[in-house]
Amino acid sequence: MAKRSAPEVNAGSMADIAFLLLIFFLVTTTMEKDSGISRKLPPMEENEDDVVIKQKNIFTVKLNGRDQLLVEDELMELKDLRAAAVEFLDNGGGENADGQKCDYCKGKKDASSSDHPDKAIISLANNRETSYKLYISVQNELVGAYNELRNRRALEVGPQKGFNDMNFTEMNKNAKDVNWPGNRDKLKEVIDQIKKEYPQKLSEVIE
Amino acid sequence: MSKFKKKKGGDLPAVNTASLPDIVFMLLFFFMVATVMRDNTQMVENKLPSADQIEKLEKKNLVMHILVGKPSKQYKAQYGDEARIQLNDKFAEVNEIQAFIAAERASKREEEVPFLTTALKVDKEANMGIVTDIKQELRKANALKLNYTTIQGDVANNN
Repeated sequence: MAKRSAPEVNAGSMADIAFLLLIFFLVTTTMEKDSGISRKLPPMEENEDDVVIKQKNIFTVKLNGRDQLLVEDELMELKDLRAAAVEFLDNGGGENADGQKCDYCKGKKDASSSDHPDKAIISLANNRETSYKLYISVQNELVGAYNELRNRRALEVGPQKGFNDMNFTEMNKNAKDVNWPGNRDKLKEVIDQIKKEYPQKLSEVIE
Repeated sequence: MSKFKKKKGGDLPAVNTASLPDIVFMLLFFFMVATVMRDNTQMVENKLPSADQIEKLEKKNLVMHILVGKPSKQYKAQYGDEARIQLNDKFAEVNEIQAFIAAERASKREEEVPFLTTALKVDKEANMGIVTDIKQELRKANALKLNYTTIQGDVANNN
Protein backbone atom coordinates (compact mmCIF):
# COMPACT_ATOMS: atom_id res chain seq x y z
CA MET A 1 0.00 0.00 0.00
CA ALA A 2 1.34 3.41 -0.89
CA LYS A 3 2.43 5.71 1.94
CA ARG A 4 -0.06 8.51 2.43
CA SER A 5 1.56 11.95 2.59
CA ALA A 6 0.27 14.51 5.05
CA PRO A 7 -2.21 16.85 3.39
CA GLU A 8 -0.95 20.37 2.83
CA VAL A 9 -2.33 23.09 5.06
CA ASN A 10 -4.37 25.55 3.11
CA ALA A 11 -2.65 28.92 3.42
CA GLY A 12 -5.21 30.80 1.40
CA SER A 13 -6.59 32.63 4.42
CA MET A 14 -3.18 33.75 5.61
CA ALA A 15 -3.56 37.01 3.73
CA ASP A 16 -6.89 37.68 5.41
CA ILE A 17 -5.45 37.14 8.87
CA ALA A 18 -2.51 39.39 8.08
CA PHE A 19 -4.87 42.02 6.73
CA LEU A 20 -6.88 41.98 9.93
CA LEU A 21 -3.76 42.55 12.01
CA LEU A 22 -2.56 45.21 9.59
CA ILE A 23 -5.80 47.12 9.84
CA PHE A 24 -5.70 46.96 13.61
CA PHE A 25 -2.21 48.48 13.75
CA LEU A 26 -3.05 51.01 11.07
CA VAL A 27 -5.91 52.29 13.15
CA THR A 28 -4.06 52.37 16.46
CA THR A 29 -0.88 53.96 15.13
CA THR A 30 -0.18 57.53 16.12
CA MET A 31 3.13 58.86 15.01
CA GLU A 32 4.47 60.56 18.11
CA LYS A 33 5.65 64.07 17.52
CA ASP A 34 8.61 64.62 19.72
CA SER A 35 10.56 67.53 18.40
CA GLY A 36 10.30 71.19 19.14
CA ILE A 37 12.01 74.36 20.24
CA SER A 38 13.99 73.75 23.40
CA ARG A 39 14.24 76.53 25.93
CA LYS A 40 15.53 76.88 29.42
CA LEU A 41 13.52 78.83 31.96
CA PRO A 42 15.34 81.16 34.33
CA PRO A 43 15.34 79.93 37.91
CA MET A 44 13.18 81.68 40.48
CA GLU A 45 15.23 84.14 42.45
CA GLU A 46 13.89 86.18 45.28
CA ASN A 47 16.31 89.05 45.34
CA GLU A 48 17.33 89.87 41.84
CA ASP A 49 20.05 92.43 41.56
CA ASP A 50 19.32 95.00 38.96
CA VAL A 51 22.06 94.84 36.42
CA VAL A 52 22.45 97.97 34.41
CA ILE A 53 22.47 97.15 30.72
CA LYS A 54 22.96 99.79 28.11
CA GLN A 55 19.88 100.37 26.03
CA LYS A 56 21.82 99.87 22.81
CA ASN A 57 22.67 96.32 23.85
CA ILE A 58 19.03 95.34 24.17
CA PHE A 59 16.93 94.32 21.22
CA THR A 60 13.33 94.59 22.29
CA VAL A 61 10.67 92.49 20.65
CA LYS A 62 7.11 93.06 21.77
CA LEU A 63 4.01 91.17 20.80
CA ASN A 64 0.69 92.81 21.46
CA GLY A 65 -2.75 91.34 21.91
CA ARG A 66 -3.65 91.81 18.28
CA ASP A 67 -0.69 89.79 17.07
CA GLN A 68 1.35 92.75 15.96
CA LEU A 69 5.10 92.73 16.20
CA LEU A 70 6.95 95.72 17.62
CA VAL A 71 10.71 95.56 17.20
CA GLU A 72 12.81 98.35 18.70
CA ASP A 73 9.62 100.42 18.90
CA GLU A 74 8.80 99.98 15.24
CA LEU A 75 6.23 97.77 13.60
CA MET A 76 7.78 94.89 11.72
CA GLU A 77 6.66 91.94 9.66
CA LEU A 78 7.58 88.50 10.91
CA LYS A 79 9.60 87.71 7.80
CA ASP A 80 11.97 90.63 8.47
CA LEU A 81 12.61 89.69 12.08
CA ARG A 82 15.38 87.20 11.54
CA ALA A 83 17.47 89.54 9.41
CA ALA A 84 17.00 92.36 11.93
CA ALA A 85 18.07 90.13 14.80
CA VAL A 86 21.13 88.94 12.89
CA GLU A 87 22.10 92.51 12.13
CA PHE A 88 21.77 93.46 15.79
CA LEU A 89 23.70 90.48 17.16
CA ASP A 90 26.44 90.66 14.59
CA ASN A 91 27.00 94.41 14.86
CA GLY A 92 30.10 94.28 17.05
CA GLY A 93 30.40 98.03 17.46
CA GLY A 94 32.34 97.96 20.71
CA GLU A 95 34.08 95.68 23.18
CA ASN A 96 32.95 92.86 25.42
CA ALA A 97 33.37 92.76 29.19
CA ASP A 98 37.03 91.77 28.83
CA GLY A 99 37.74 94.70 26.52
CA GLN A 100 38.08 92.58 23.41
CA LYS A 101 36.75 93.64 20.07
CA CYS A 102 34.59 91.26 18.08
CA ASP A 103 36.97 90.21 15.31
CA TYR A 104 34.61 87.61 13.85
CA CYS A 105 31.62 89.91 13.51
CA LYS A 106 30.70 90.98 10.01
CA GLY A 107 28.18 93.63 10.96
CA LYS A 108 28.13 97.35 10.38
CA LYS A 109 30.11 98.22 13.55
CA ASP A 110 27.46 100.81 14.25
CA ALA A 111 28.20 102.62 17.50
CA SER A 112 24.51 102.98 18.31
CA SER A 113 23.80 99.25 18.11
CA SER A 114 25.12 96.31 20.14
CA ASP A 115 28.72 96.28 21.38
CA HIS A 116 29.54 92.60 21.16
CA PRO A 117 27.56 89.34 20.67
CA ASP A 118 28.59 88.60 24.25
CA LYS A 119 26.68 91.62 25.51
CA ALA A 120 23.78 91.65 23.08
CA ILE A 121 20.51 90.62 24.66
CA ILE A 122 17.22 89.99 22.96
CA SER A 123 14.27 90.82 25.15
CA LEU A 124 10.95 89.27 24.26
CA ALA A 125 7.76 90.57 25.81
CA ASN A 126 4.31 89.27 25.11
CA ASN A 127 0.79 90.08 26.08
CA ARG A 128 -1.64 87.61 27.62
CA GLU A 129 -3.77 87.91 24.51
CA THR A 130 -0.95 87.14 22.10
CA SER A 131 -1.61 83.95 20.17
CA TYR A 132 0.65 80.99 20.76
CA LYS A 133 1.31 80.51 17.05
CA LEU A 134 2.81 83.98 16.75
CA TYR A 135 4.87 83.46 19.88
CA ILE A 136 6.30 80.22 18.49
CA SER A 137 6.95 81.85 15.13
CA VAL A 138 8.88 84.64 16.84
CA GLN A 139 10.82 82.22 19.02
CA ASN A 140 11.64 80.24 15.90
CA GLU A 141 12.90 83.29 14.04
CA LEU A 142 15.06 84.42 16.97
CA VAL A 143 16.57 80.96 17.47
CA GLY A 144 17.01 80.92 13.70
CA ALA A 145 19.01 84.15 13.88
CA TYR A 146 21.39 82.65 16.43
CA ASN A 147 21.69 79.46 14.39
CA GLU A 148 22.43 81.43 11.24
CA LEU A 149 25.34 83.21 12.92
CA ARG A 150 26.61 80.03 14.53
CA ASN A 151 26.42 78.15 11.24
CA ARG A 152 28.40 80.86 9.53
CA ARG A 153 30.99 80.83 12.29
CA ALA A 154 31.19 77.03 12.19
CA LEU A 155 32.08 77.12 8.50
CA GLU A 156 34.94 79.49 9.36
CA VAL A 157 36.26 77.78 12.48
CA GLY A 158 35.63 74.19 11.38
CA PRO A 159 38.26 73.94 8.62
CA GLN A 160 40.97 75.26 10.98
CA LYS A 161 40.25 72.41 13.38
CA GLY A 162 39.85 69.79 10.70
CA PHE A 163 36.09 69.75 10.30
CA ASN A 164 35.41 70.75 6.75
CA ASP A 165 32.05 71.69 5.27
CA MET A 166 30.13 71.23 8.47
CA ASN A 167 27.81 73.86 9.82
CA PHE A 168 26.78 74.20 13.45
CA THR A 169 23.63 72.14 13.10
CA GLU A 170 25.56 69.28 11.52
CA MET A 171 28.27 69.56 14.18
CA ASN A 172 25.68 69.18 16.91
CA LYS A 173 24.16 66.22 15.14
CA ASN A 174 27.51 64.52 14.68
CA ALA A 175 28.53 65.15 18.29
CA LYS A 176 25.47 63.22 19.41
CA ASP A 177 25.81 60.47 16.83
CA VAL A 178 27.66 57.50 18.30
CA ASN A 179 28.44 56.11 14.86
CA TRP A 180 30.14 59.26 13.62
CA PRO A 181 33.74 58.33 12.71
CA GLY A 182 35.51 61.61 13.62
CA ASN A 183 36.98 62.89 16.88
CA ARG A 184 33.95 63.78 18.98
CA ASP A 185 35.80 65.37 21.90
CA LYS A 186 37.50 67.76 19.56
CA LEU A 187 34.22 68.53 17.86
CA LYS A 188 32.59 69.31 21.20
CA GLU A 189 35.36 71.80 21.91
CA VAL A 190 34.62 73.57 18.64
CA ILE A 191 30.91 73.60 19.45
CA ASP A 192 31.57 75.09 22.87
CA GLN A 193 33.79 77.74 21.36
CA ILE A 194 31.12 78.77 18.86
CA LYS A 195 28.47 78.77 21.57
CA LYS A 196 30.67 81.10 23.58
CA GLU A 197 31.26 83.41 20.65
CA TYR A 198 27.56 83.71 19.92
CA PRO A 199 25.87 83.04 23.25
CA GLN A 200 22.10 82.72 23.18
CA LYS A 201 20.91 85.53 25.39
CA LEU A 202 17.20 85.58 24.99
CA SER A 203 15.31 86.90 27.95
CA GLU A 204 11.59 86.94 28.38
CA VAL A 205 9.73 89.67 30.17
CA ILE A 206 7.05 88.59 32.58
CA GLU A 207 4.70 91.26 33.77
CA MET B 1 -6.21 19.48 -39.72
CA SER B 2 -4.74 22.71 -38.69
CA LYS B 3 -1.36 22.81 -37.06
CA PHE B 4 -2.18 25.84 -34.96
CA LYS B 5 -4.92 24.97 -32.61
CA LYS B 6 -7.05 27.76 -31.39
CA LYS B 7 -6.78 28.24 -27.66
CA LYS B 8 -9.83 27.39 -25.74
CA GLY B 9 -11.43 30.68 -24.71
CA GLY B 10 -9.56 33.98 -24.67
CA ASP B 11 -9.38 34.37 -20.86
CA LEU B 12 -6.46 36.14 -19.24
CA PRO B 13 -4.59 33.97 -16.77
CA ALA B 14 -5.36 34.83 -13.15
CA VAL B 15 -2.78 37.04 -11.39
CA ASN B 16 -0.74 35.02 -9.00
CA THR B 17 -1.53 36.22 -5.49
CA ALA B 18 0.80 33.91 -3.65
CA SER B 19 3.06 36.76 -2.60
CA LEU B 20 0.21 38.87 -1.28
CA PRO B 21 0.59 37.61 2.30
CA ASP B 22 4.28 38.53 2.19
CA ILE B 23 3.53 42.06 1.11
CA VAL B 24 0.85 42.45 3.73
CA PHE B 25 3.15 41.08 6.41
CA MET B 26 5.82 43.56 5.45
CA LEU B 27 3.36 46.42 5.91
CA LEU B 28 2.15 44.85 9.12
CA PHE B 29 5.65 44.73 10.59
CA PHE B 30 6.25 48.34 9.66
CA PHE B 31 3.16 49.50 11.49
CA MET B 32 3.80 47.23 14.45
CA VAL B 33 7.25 48.75 14.89
CA ALA B 34 6.08 52.32 14.33
CA THR B 35 3.12 52.07 16.65
CA VAL B 36 3.21 53.82 19.96
CA MET B 37 0.19 52.96 22.00
CA ARG B 38 -1.41 56.10 23.29
CA ASP B 39 -1.25 55.96 27.04
CA ASN B 40 -3.91 58.54 27.58
CA THR B 41 -6.68 59.99 25.57
CA GLN B 42 -6.47 63.50 24.33
CA MET B 43 -9.29 65.61 25.64
CA VAL B 44 -8.28 68.90 24.09
CA GLU B 45 -7.94 70.10 20.54
CA ASN B 46 -4.26 70.01 19.77
CA LYS B 47 -3.12 71.44 16.48
CA LEU B 48 0.56 72.17 16.95
CA PRO B 49 2.24 75.16 15.32
CA SER B 50 5.08 74.60 12.88
CA ALA B 51 8.68 75.74 13.21
CA ASP B 52 11.94 74.87 11.50
CA GLN B 53 14.62 75.48 14.13
CA ILE B 54 13.69 72.41 16.07
CA GLU B 55 15.56 69.83 18.08
CA LYS B 56 14.57 66.26 18.68
CA LEU B 57 13.80 65.20 22.20
CA GLU B 58 16.36 62.59 23.14
CA LYS B 59 14.97 60.37 25.83
CA LYS B 60 11.32 59.70 25.37
CA ASN B 61 10.73 58.24 28.80
CA LEU B 62 12.07 61.37 30.46
CA VAL B 63 9.48 63.70 29.05
CA MET B 64 6.51 65.12 30.92
CA HIS B 65 3.68 66.16 28.67
CA ILE B 66 1.43 69.10 29.34
CA LEU B 67 -1.37 69.58 26.85
CA VAL B 68 -3.17 72.85 26.36
CA GLY B 69 -6.07 73.60 24.08
CA LYS B 70 -9.79 74.04 23.78
CA PRO B 71 -11.78 71.10 25.16
CA SER B 72 -12.78 68.66 22.43
CA LYS B 73 -16.34 68.44 21.20
CA GLN B 74 -17.67 65.98 23.73
CA TYR B 75 -16.35 68.04 26.66
CA LYS B 76 -17.42 71.40 25.35
CA ALA B 77 -20.74 71.40 27.11
CA GLN B 78 -19.13 70.64 30.43
CA TYR B 79 -15.90 72.61 30.29
CA GLY B 80 -16.64 75.46 27.95
CA ASP B 81 -14.77 76.98 25.07
CA GLU B 82 -11.73 78.45 26.80
CA ALA B 83 -8.31 76.79 26.41
CA ARG B 84 -7.57 74.43 29.29
CA ILE B 85 -4.71 72.35 30.60
CA GLN B 86 -4.75 68.58 30.41
CA LEU B 87 -2.46 66.60 32.69
CA ASN B 88 -2.46 62.83 32.21
CA ASP B 89 -6.10 61.91 31.77
CA LYS B 90 -8.01 64.86 33.11
CA PHE B 91 -8.42 68.59 32.93
CA ALA B 92 -6.40 70.50 35.47
CA GLU B 93 -5.99 73.97 36.84
CA VAL B 94 -2.74 75.89 36.72
CA ASN B 95 -2.05 75.34 40.42
CA GLU B 96 -2.08 71.55 39.96
CA ILE B 97 1.04 71.64 37.82
CA GLN B 98 3.47 71.65 40.72
CA ALA B 99 1.88 68.51 42.15
CA PHE B 100 1.98 66.91 38.70
CA ILE B 101 5.70 67.65 38.36
CA ALA B 102 6.36 66.26 41.83
CA ALA B 103 4.44 63.08 40.99
CA GLU B 104 6.33 62.65 37.73
CA ARG B 105 9.63 63.12 39.51
CA ALA B 106 8.70 60.59 42.15
CA SER B 107 7.92 58.00 39.49
CA LYS B 108 11.39 58.26 37.97
CA ARG B 109 14.68 57.06 39.35
CA GLU B 110 16.58 59.64 41.32
CA GLU B 111 19.51 59.94 38.93
CA GLU B 112 17.15 60.58 36.04
CA VAL B 113 15.32 63.48 37.64
CA PRO B 114 17.71 66.25 36.48
CA PHE B 115 17.18 65.17 32.88
CA LEU B 116 13.42 65.43 32.96
CA THR B 117 12.08 67.74 30.27
CA THR B 118 8.66 69.29 30.08
CA ALA B 119 7.07 69.17 26.66
CA LEU B 120 4.42 71.81 26.17
CA LYS B 121 1.96 70.71 23.55
CA VAL B 122 -0.08 73.82 23.05
CA ASP B 123 -2.76 74.31 20.43
CA LYS B 124 -1.76 77.05 18.06
CA GLU B 125 -4.97 78.97 18.62
CA ALA B 126 -4.38 79.25 22.38
CA ASN B 127 -3.40 82.52 24.00
CA MET B 128 -0.08 83.24 25.65
CA GLY B 129 -1.74 84.01 28.99
CA ILE B 130 -2.20 80.38 29.93
CA VAL B 131 1.26 79.48 28.64
CA THR B 132 2.85 82.22 30.73
CA ASP B 133 1.01 80.93 33.79
CA ILE B 134 2.30 77.42 33.14
CA LYS B 135 5.82 78.68 32.70
CA GLN B 136 5.65 80.52 36.01
CA GLU B 137 4.43 77.35 37.74
CA LEU B 138 7.25 75.35 36.15
CA ARG B 139 9.75 77.87 37.44
CA LYS B 140 8.29 77.55 40.90
CA ALA B 141 8.56 73.77 40.65
CA ASN B 142 12.14 74.22 39.41
CA ALA B 143 11.42 72.26 36.23
CA LEU B 144 13.41 74.51 33.96
CA LYS B 145 14.00 72.34 30.91
CA LEU B 146 11.24 73.15 28.50
CA ASN B 147 10.37 72.14 24.99
CA TYR B 148 7.65 73.69 22.89
CA THR B 149 6.51 70.76 20.79
CA THR B 150 6.02 71.78 17.19
CA ILE B 151 5.79 70.11 13.85
CA GLN B 152 8.47 70.53 11.25
CA GLY B 153 7.48 73.17 8.77
CA ASP B 154 7.73 76.76 7.76
CA VAL B 155 6.46 79.39 10.19
CA ALA B 156 4.41 80.85 7.37
CA ASN B 157 2.11 77.84 7.71
CA ASN B 158 1.04 79.05 11.12
CA ASN B 159 -1.45 81.59 9.90
